[in-house]
Amino acid sequence: MATSMQVSLVSPDREIWSGEATSIVAKTTEGEIGILANHEPVLAILSEGSVARIDTVGGEKVVAAVHGGFLSVDKNVVILLAQVAELAADIDVTRARAALERARNEQDDLAAAAALRAEARLHAAGAMH
Amino acid sequence: MGAQLRVYRGRIKSVKATKKITKAMELIASSRIVKAQQRVAASLPYTKALVAAVSAAASNSTTAHPLTSHPETRNRAAVCLITADRGLAGGYSSNAIREAEGVNSYLREANVEPLAFLVGRKGISFYKFRDRKIADSWSGFTDQPTYEDARKIADSLLKSFNTPLEEGGVDEIHLVYTQFENMVTQNPVAKRLLPLEIEVKTEAEHGAAIPLYDFEPGAADVLDSLLPQYITNVVWNALLLSAASEHAARRRAMKSASDNAEELIKTLTRLANQARQAEITQEISEIVGGADALASAK
Repeated sequence: MATSMQVSLVSPDREIWSGEATSIVAKTTEGEIGILANHEPVLAILSEGSVARIDTVGGEKVVAAVHGGFLSVDKNVVILLAQVAELAADIDVTRARAALERARNEQDDLAAAAALRAEARLHAAGAMH
Repeated sequence: MGAQLRVYRGRIKSVKATKKITKAMELIASSRIVKAQQRVAASLPYTKALVAAVSAAASNSTTAHPLTSHPETRNRAAVCLITADRGLAGGYSSNAIREAEGVNSYLREANVEPLAFLVGRKGISFYKFRDRKIADSWSGFTDQPTYEDARKIADSLLKSFNTPLEEGGVDEIHLVYTQFENMVTQNPVAKRLLPLEIEVKTEAEHGAAIPLYDFEPGAADVLDSLLPQYITNVVWNALLLSAASEHAARRRAMKSASDNAEELIKTLTRLANQARQAEITQEISEIVGGADALASAK
């Protein structure tokens, strides 16, 4: 039995991350889902503005904010597809904070979605309490 | 300096200035094609994964989705045309426009009213000049489109598809863009975006068994959320391919313009040399004639 799985995090314009991982935690519309090697095939919708965590074989943690996408698992190949995805390391915390401030001051649906995305970015970067 | 020579020198100067511009545009376009091609290549993993997921969800969902079901009557169709923002790209925009005109007349023959959704300033000005109605238009990004642009276009198209016919909605969506074959060949293509034709592969055709996915929340819901993403991705791909085609067409047009300028400079230089020589010959013959006259007058 395999102990690791091939994971790729893909956004429309590029492949953001790919590699071998031992476990993944992501949030679907139904709730949190944890995936280990040899998981059964799953196709799940990721919830808007959520955080995905990938534990690599090397013991590193890859954290990313994902907005609008899905997760597919089949034969130890996991694909995280997101319309927008950002790795924690690439997130500019000050800018995300500013975006959250701005979005919270507005009241429409668009701003609510923007606030959700900004929160996810901050969560992923570990700057949200 | 004689009048003739001065005219030639002036023309040579102006052709040289034009050549500098076309040469610069050629170089810029060449470097951008490479980038555009890289962007097309970088978008492939997403497309592949999305197509696989959509066909898996479609083969597991039994309910007919509004985006995949064919209407009984066709009354109105959206034609989304992708052209360039700027000219000087040879026949790039006009070829795409011609393809769209073909689609329009084909639709009219079938008693379907075409509605224009335009991307790029060239297409917009073509419609405005002819006083035609434009349903929606976007411009300013055709040489470097972003996913956000594709989403705006797809959202507008989907909205019009989901609107009832009586309120101005459409039954079909066609997309006209330019396929990037290679550096020298780019072909305008038209394809129907909606209603979608999903190939549900059986086990035998597929080679391997389709994995028995566990859908969260359910196959129909997953399909519901995937299809708009799929449409957006098709538009995004069309934008990327069109951008690559635009740069390739511009590079070729500018290359032939530079070559022509070179040729013109050569011809004009020959003419200028001839004019200069004629001037010298005339001067000499005048001097000799003058000297002769003086000598015979003594």
